[in-house]
Amino acid sequence: MEIETASIDFAPIFALDTKLKLQSQIELAGAQCAYQTYGTLNAERSNAIMVCHGLTGDQYVSGTNPLTGRAGWWNHLVGPGLVLDTDRYFVICANVLGGCLGTTGPSTINPGTGQPWNMDFPVFTVADMVDLQVHLIDALGVDQLFAVIGASMGGMMALDWAARHSERVFATIPVAASWRHTAQNIAFHEVGRRAIAADANWHDGAYRERGVIPEKGLAAARMVAHITYLSETAFQEKFGRDLPRDSKLSFVLDPEFEVERYLDHQGKTFVKRFDAASYMYLTRAMDYFDLAARHDGDLAAVFKGVGTRFLVISFTSDWLFPTAESRTVVRALNAHAADVSFIEIPADYGHDSFLIERATDFHDVLEGFLDGSARRRGLKP
Amino acid sequence: MSKPLPRRADLRLIVQLVPPGGRVLDVGCGDGTLLQTLETEKQVDGHGIEIRNHRVEACMRKGLSVIQGDADTDLPDFPDRSFDYIILSQALQNMHRPREVLDQLLRIGQRAIVSFPNLGHWRARLTLLCRGRMPIVETSDTPRTWYDTPNIHLCTIRDFLLMCETLGIIVEEGHAVGRDGSLRRLGKVAAWDTLWTHQAVYVLTRP
Repeated sequence: MEIETASIDFAPIFALDTKLKLQSQIELAGAQCAYQTYGTLNAERSNAIMVCHGLTGDQYVSGTNPLTGRAGWWNHLVGPGLVLDTDRYFVICANVLGGCLGTTGPSTINPGTGQPWNMDFPVFTVADMVDLQVHLIDALGVDQLFAVIGASMGGMMALDWAARHSERVFATIPVAASWRHTAQNIAFHEVGRRAIAADANWHDGAYRERGVIPEKGLAAARMVAHITYLSETAFQEKFGRDLPRDSKLSFVLDPEFEVERYLDHQGKTFVKRFDAASYMYLTRAMDYFDLAARHDGDLAAVFKGVGTRFLVISFTSDWLFPTAESRTVVRALNAHAADVSFIEIPADYGHDSFLIERATDFHDVLEGFLDGSARRRGLKP
Repeated sequence: MSKPLPRRADLRLIVQLVPPGGRVLDVGCGDGTLLQTLETEKQVDGHGIEIRNHRVEACMRKGLSVIQGDADTDLPDFPDRSFDYIILSQALQNMHRPREVLDQLLRIGQRAIVSFPNLGHWRARLTLLCRGRMPIVETSDTPRTWYDTPNIHLCTIRDFLLMCETLGIIVEEGHAVGRDGSLRRLGKVAAWDTLWTHQAVYVLTRP
């Protein structure tokens, strides 16, 4: 069993003709980046919005995802007349470096050996993902993005875009994100990685050649992660202590509660669409993220001279990337009297609130900020 | 595309007092009505801080740059003299530490415009004297009692000017705003006319 990606055409794919120099100093040859665009780049090339996806997201932000057959993860936000209005903006969304939907990563072929990279793929960082996207917008002829928006890992990318490539970003919107991965977040990721590595089908990452995938381990990793994406309220309201059908305890140790069955389903669906090695590498990239590290822990120094307009958004029930993390970013920006907006949106759904279609407060705030930014940038309504 | 001026008389006065084109921070900016007017009428680079979530949301719907934050704690983050004008309209009396806030305003801004209700108004004095009740200052749509009002640090004009003196703050100009929206100049020291001053608006600076 393997993820059914072989039959999917991930075009367009951007091929980098130089080596991608990674933070580890390793130079990656033959890097490719699969991406999707929505809308039209205007004559001034000033209306491009880069959407950065989260850990297990992908470039299919709108429309139908060819792998899952389901709607894109922000289908309710990206499209004609929607918040990210594709009649007005040119929306780009690229599968990140190390991803498993067409962009170079552990599951793609190492040009040096002709074999899949597997665990020989170099460890990379969030900054490396951003750098690949910088090459992508170069190729698309975009000097300055009108906006970069991303949630969770995508929010880390949005912050990194603004911190290291501020002249190429007019406005940036980190949502449910942080300037660093906390100890608790690293801890959860390590549990996930350990679950994958403990699967008998892992084979030190060389499972592809054996025609198997470490699905039990990957599913367990997803189950743990999924708990961190929701809130206690969300779990309680959705499942409580509900049991299926006859609502009697069966005195067995198998999954019995609705919440257990739900997590089991989440795990099983996930292994059909995501590669275990990619999961290992991408969680590592998030763990390594610390925007202040290059400035000896001084976050304010990171934003010195940054002219980008910021909208920082957090959600009340998000305990994975809590509001305090976003506030720290805002304080660092205030230290330079930067153009920053910040709001904590009341939402019960936890970290995943950014994905929820009914989170209309979030959408209204986003729309207002984009409108205000478009006025300042001189984009036509 | 001129927007209607704010309904509140002190806000209309503040719009007149702010010169065009500068960087302005509105502390306790509410739903952003003043900021929006300043941006359209005076072409300022406007920023705001507001503590209440639904008001921050209202500001953002207008496309304004506003931070959900607390003036009592967040002002120390800003660098010295990073704004031309800082506005604190009808919010001084809501602050937990009004003295520190005023001190911060004059550190961050070249000038501060502060408007507040005057508890030294004859009506307030009479309420206390004759009825023996705590005067209620109506700053929002619903009048409240002493125990649930957000106006926790009310002062008189004399109190305010004494605090400015203590902090080494220079009063550049003062205006009295009447209940009917009428305007009148106020002196730099508290005089008899403060008895008839419902609201005061002062322009402050520090050498």
